[in-house]
Amino acid sequence: MIDLRSLYQDVILDHSRNPRNSGALELHSHEANGNNPLCGDKVRVYMQVGNGKIDDIRFEAKGCAISVASASMMTELIKGVEIGEARAAFARFHEIVTRKGDISDEELEALDKLAALIGVREFPMRIKCATLPWHAMTAALDGVDGDVTTE
Amino acid sequence: MASANGAYDVDAIRRDFPILGETVYDRPLVYLDNGASAQKPRAVIDSLSRVYETEYANVHRGVHYMSQKATEAMEGAREKARAFINAEHAHEAIFVRGATEGINLVASSWGRANLEAGDEIVLSVMEHHSNIVPWQIVAEQAGAAIRVVPIDDDGVLDMDALESLVGPRTRMVAVTHVSNALGTVVPVEDVIRIAHRNGALVLLDGCQAVPHMAVDVRALDVDFYVYSGHKLYGPSGIGILYGKESLLKAMPPYQGGGEMIESVTFEKTTYAGLPFKFEAGTPHIAGAIGLGAAIDYVSAIGLDRIGAHESDILEYATARLGALNSVRLIGTAPEKAAIVSFNLEDVHPHDVGTILDREGVAVRTGHHCAQPVMDRFDVAATVRASFGLYNTRREVDALVDALGRVQEIFGR
Ligand SMILES: Cc1ncc(COP(=O)(O)O)c(C=O)c1O
Repeated sequence: MIDLRSLYQDVILDHSRNPRNSGALELHSHEANGNNPLCGDKVRVYMQVGNGKIDDIRFEAKGCAISVASASMMTELIKGVEIGEARAAFARFHEIVTRKGDISDEELEALDKLAALIGVREFPMRIKCATLPWHAMTAALDGVDGDVTTE
Repeated sequence: MASANGAYDVDAIRRDFPILGETVYDRPLVYLDNGASAQKPRAVIDSLSRVYETEYANVHRGVHYMSQKATEAMEGAREKARAFINAEHAHEAIFVRGATEGINLVASSWGRANLEAGDEIVLSVMEHHSNIVPWQIVAEQAGAAIRVVPIDDDGVLDMDALESLVGPRTRMVAVTHVSNALGTVVPVEDVIRIAHRNGALVLLDGCQAVPHMAVDVRALDVDFYVYSGHKLYGPSGIGILYGKESLLKAMPPYQGGGEMIESVTFEKTTYAGLPFKFEAGTPHIAGAIGLGAAIDYVSAIGLDRIGAHESDILEYATARLGALNSVRLIGTAPEKAAIVSFNLEDVHPHDVGTILDREGVAVRTGHHCAQPVMDRFDVAATVRASFGLYNTRREVDALVDALGRVQEIFGR
């Protein structure tokens, strides 16, 4: 049996209960909404970007533990980093959570704190919860008006 | 098979449903998602293979033996669908893909022919999206307005508001018979009386009603009634639109094609009579026959006895869930079908659903295609346990135990 604990690790529960960087960012250059129409999860990501760097990032979310925790961890991970690096982090994360095959130790290490989220691989219906905030973040960077959805 | 006599033998009934013997994640399947779709008894499954093994061909077109057999079987199913809701004529029972198509058919065909700018369509706030969006589409085209009847905090339809919303401009009142998100049974007799007194027609969405209670469209004097076969233990992709003969006759076709015509030339096409005018193209032949088998199955047990069994389960589930401090029940109307919607304090329904699933308990989580009612209760989603004729008190216990597991994982 697949342990539910691999999905709901303590780190995840902690981030979902006490999300970091939660709440609107007054001064921001980029923002976008992410919606999962299947379950009603909603996340709004705000960023202040200057000289190709994400100087600040905050989010507002109404959703499940996985989507809130993922948003919270994302903000911690990409605050202060170059845009290209943030995009690359999502590409790595996305590829790994949707991959069917094994993951190497190096890859796990490269994921940094996001490694706590890879339990979603065993719960296919929940992968979108984990990627939703990241989709919203890239949509904000791309200057997509309005909402992105997971569908 | 379970018989109509004697005590309600739920164990015997369960044996009629092969899937109930399956295990999920090494646990017995506890299937509490009947509101989304019900499981199928052996009689329905067998009827589908029988069609393809012994009586299959296209219907209403061949002179050959198999085509006649298939046509007879399909028309036999239509007669069962007629009797099931006590319609006057079998040709008042139109085979459609499901409730969604039935409502779209009426909104499109009746609506385009009858709605004018300034007309009004009255819906309730607890409609499934399929009884909202088709009306929005046709209302926009016609310049008609949509009026929405509210509900109270228990999920009971506000009949005073309905009285005041239905007026001389109201052409159609389209409401659900039973709410899929809340379980509320709507007093449809009163709705129909009020609508008819004002010269408006009534469409009832019977998806969540027909599996739980006997419906008599003539006693109700309802104008249109729709339901989906798959929620009534029948196949998916088939359902019934009932309409009064006089109304259906006056309506233009919904789709054009084969089967729905009398003759076609490039100068002029004349349409077939009922029911074929509304059944363009090759229908879901086996599905229709399977629906007939499902109707036979529930009728043999008896909807009164099914309803009595399910109210026992509903009462038990409401009491057990209500006793949990962390549970907020959503939908507490005095008249309910066997549906319990709820939320857990501090745990999102989506997380509850995942954990229950790993305990073998299948429930629906989400907005149940009824976002306006979610907004009414200021929630994004709920957990919904919806019961069917084969569910047991033991399964309610399994649900409650599984909720304990949620508390374990999310407990501080
Ligand atoms: C009340 C109600 N109306 C309409 C529908 C739509 O039914 P279907 O998807 O079978 O057309 C459903 C089922 O989800 C329902 O519960």
